[in-house]
Amino acid sequence: MSPLLTVDRVSKRFPLKATLIDKLTAGLGNRRAGGTVHAVTDVTFEVARGEVLGMVGESGCGKSTLGRIVSGIYAPTEGTVRLDGEPVARGRDDHVDKLTTRVQMIHQDPFASLNPRMKVGETISEGPRIHRLVPASDVRARTRALLEQVGLEGAYADRFPHQFSGGQRQRIAIARALAMQPDLLVLDEAVASLDVSIQAQVLNLFLDLRRDLGLTALFISHDLSVVRHVCDRVAIMYLGRIVELSPAEQLYAAPKHPYTQALFASVPTLGTGRRAFRPIEGEIPSPIDPPPGCAFHPRCPFAGPRCRAEVPRLTASGPGRTVACHLNDGGVGLKEAA
Amino acid sequence: MNAALDVQGLTTRFDTRAGTVTAVNDVSFSVEPGRIMGLVGESGSGKSVTGFSILGLIEEPGRITDGRVLVEGTDLRAMPPGQLRSMRGRKVSMVFQDPMMTLNPVLRIGDQMSMAVRVHERMNKRQALARSRDALAKVGIPSPEERLSAYPHQLSGGMRQRVAIAIALLHRPAVIIADEPTTALDVSIQGQILAEVRRLADETRTAIVWVTHDLAVVSSLADDICVMYAGRIVERGTAEDVIARPRHPYTRGLLDSVPGQHAPGTHLPQIPGSTPQLSRLPSGCPFRNRCPRATEVCTTEPPVARFGGHTALCHHPLEAA
Amino acid sequence: MSDVATTTGETLAVPSAAPIETRATRLRNFWADFRRSWVAVGALIVIVALLAVSFGAPLVAPQNPYDMASLDWMDAFLTPGETGTGGYVHILGTDNAGRDMLSAIFYGLRTSFTIGVSAGALALAIGICVGLTAAYFGGRVESLLMRIVDLQLSMPAILLALVLVAMLGQGVVQIILALVVAQYAYFARTTHGAATVERGKDYIEAARSTPLPTRRVLFRHLLPNVLPPLIVVATVQVASAIALEATLSFLGVGLPLTEPSLGSLISNGFKYIHSDRYWLSIYPGLFLMVTVVAINLVGDQVRTVLDPRRSR
Repeated sequence: MSPLLTVDRVSKRFPLKATLIDKLTAGLGNRRAGGTVHAVTDVTFEVARGEVLGMVGESGCGKSTLGRIVSGIYAPTEGTVRLDGEPVARGRDDHVDKLTTRVQMIHQDPFASLNPRMKVGETISEGPRIHRLVPASDVRARTRALLEQVGLEGAYADRFPHQFSGGQRQRIAIARALAMQPDLLVLDEAVASLDVSIQAQVLNLFLDLRRDLGLTALFISHDLSVVRHVCDRVAIMYLGRIVELSPAEQLYAAPKHPYTQALFASVPTLGTGRRAFRPIEGEIPSPIDPPPGCAFHPRCPFAGPRCRAEVPRLTASGPGRTVACHLNDGGVGLKEAA
Repeated sequence: MNAALDVQGLTTRFDTRAGTVTAVNDVSFSVEPGRIMGLVGESGSGKSVTGFSILGLIEEPGRITDGRVLVEGTDLRAMPPGQLRSMRGRKVSMVFQDPMMTLNPVLRIGDQMSMAVRVHERMNKRQALARSRDALAKVGIPSPEERLSAYPHQLSGGMRQRVAIAIALLHRPAVIIADEPTTALDVSIQGQILAEVRRLADETRTAIVWVTHDLAVVSSLADDICVMYAGRIVERGTAEDVIARPRHPYTRGLLDSVPGQHAPGTHLPQIPGSTPQLSRLPSGCPFRNRCPRATEVCTTEPPVARFGGHTALCHHPLEAA
Repeated sequence: MSDVATTTGETLAVPSAAPIETRATRLRNFWADFRRSWVAVGALIVIVALLAVSFGAPLVAPQNPYDMASLDWMDAFLTPGETGTGGYVHILGTDNAGRDMLSAIFYGLRTSFTIGVSAGALALAIGICVGLTAAYFGGRVESLLMRIVDLQLSMPAILLALVLVAMLGQGVVQIILALVVAQYAYFARTTHGAATVERGKDYIEAARSTPLPTRRVLFRHLLPNVLPPLIVVATVQVASAIALEATLSFLGVGLPLTEPSLGSLISNGFKYIHSDRYWLSIYPGLFLMVTVVAINLVGDQVRTVLDPRRSR
């Protein structure tokens, strides 16, 4: 069966708008001048129908940009995003025409993602109404049904967003996305801003909807334990690239990329008790001028000369697993150094 | 051992349109030197207001109505405002979620740090700068000399938070109140800071109150934990006891709902409902209408607990192991 | 609390969302906050009273100053309180043509309000369109539009209005047009500022990624959220439009005396100020001042109430 979503060699670069002052100070080492943010670089993956793919990484790794490219909000600088073979959006840079209603996105902050001056019923129903996904006479009933499906009362349709708690608002945002009868949901840190107990409720809702509607989803998150709980496969991103892509179970059992390993080691978890952390050394490099070769090499304990010169490619490492690390692909070049 | 911080019956109220609400309700706990107390709660539980109340940083329409805040035996609440101000930053300091609450964006790091030094101690600029550099080195900032001449915007979020912590440490305070200081940071950076904070607490013997919503963070960082719900401390004990053997049904529910300990794809145990509004708390126990163990008595009698050891503010606490 | 069956089959207690706030209660809250300033409430009462007497002028004014037939030169320069040939007391006296000053002021206020409000409304509409377009589309469109706006803002409004009136000629419509051109830039700048902030918010992105048509995103999503600061600017701009019109009329390029506005009344009376006939210019001037100050006071309080930084 062909995959639902195909992301092929996608890159996204944002030119930094250089102001007059930036241009004048360019000689003084101001990096903003004429710089480019390499948000996403050469990313390729597929999502099968009915699959939930997790996209994990720290801030600035490009996971949110990637989510927006898949959602048709940004156009990729290079590469293609196709849903059932059809492009998701058309355009370049600022001017993007989204071509499909079949991909819908759920944002992180439910306090920002709902129009504060629009009743939630209208927020949910305007998309299907304008795209004539439901007959006009059914719009109200359908809105009520959607609210009930996400665990709210149908009568809430006449209220404004500020009358709801964060968890309830996130349910409304989910209802808005479901109203478009999407084939693919993009969830961008959809539970990150919720309290733990509310987060559990929303995750359960997501699991139920997945079971009932056979949802396919791109689940973007920085939270490793949340991703483990809901995703079938997981992609780990670092500085714009996918460094490891693997079925969730195997990944959590034995992470292969040094970054993935370090990430897992630095996450505090319940029940391990007081212990010494093994944090990753150093800072995340700037995506304005990423390090040459493997972006992780300045922080990697295994880095060798080859890592500083050559960008590692994603290569197979076990069934369904790929890793972008020279350790997995002929060594880091210690011999050449010697 | 004498407590560095001893909070007794702290109560803070806010006047709102819906009436007066008690955001911090009879909160008592103490922290000994070198220990880290995790003050855990969900949004609206009053954990941050507790932190601000300890420092007396409550503004209209809020007011601290009751309680004592003893820092090394002296009551901050009984002090005149001028004296209290001189205690802040010297004996008790605060680290905020957003380091820019502490940092002045238009001053170089070195300038603002040496100013902070000289507010409380007489010394010349050069000595103050040296002191600042040492403080930066102590929180694990590489090449601290260079950072002194940097502006805050030239540093990453994690670095800024380290600088804020360094400023909090300048006068070797007895107590640091840290309000969600790593919430906005990436996990790898958070890990680095947690490791530094643990080391600093052990080395400097500073007592730290770590206010957070993140159970995993406190479980690996704190010595003791207070769990807050609807303005009250509902459970108190050592980190190990509270995490491994919670006694309050709320703590239990909270711990259970953390994903990662359950089989993937299965339903997470969830606490029904959401945090109640402080202006419309149910009678009796504020948790009772979300509680699986609630009985008749919970609707009528507010639970009372004599804290000491591992205790829960509950009529029907879970068995202590 | 209401129990709702979720898809999970469990019951989930969902609190019936905070104190229920509808449009009506929001308005009530707004009024409760507004009422806190007695000065503002007083100013609002003054404005309402002035609106009533000006638009009700044909009913309350003793004389119709437009009707040349009702004027009697015998009544010229009556001092305040004298009784004229009409058999009624001229409370504020009469002018050189025997116009009852009180009536002239009421009618003049009506003209001033009409001009101020319509110029304000038109400028608001144009400013919104310019500001929203610039903020939403960005890039070159934004640069071009906002540079024009900035250029205009750097010139005094009165200068621009003078030049325009000189070009367009006298008359109510011409004055309104001149004021609109002179003032839309303030609205455009404010709209642009607010819209630039709102444009970056997730709800706009969500609307675009549904996708919804651009027009709908602009007018149903962006516009309602940039309105509050505009309401404040609008009140202040109405006051300044009234003052601008009075200035133009005073300088003799605004409205002729046959269509009295406050400005032309002051201008007319100014000629006689040295012959002790102070009432010809002082009273219209007082009314102008009170009107402008009252509107500004109300605008200030609205700004205070709507200020998002005022948390509660």
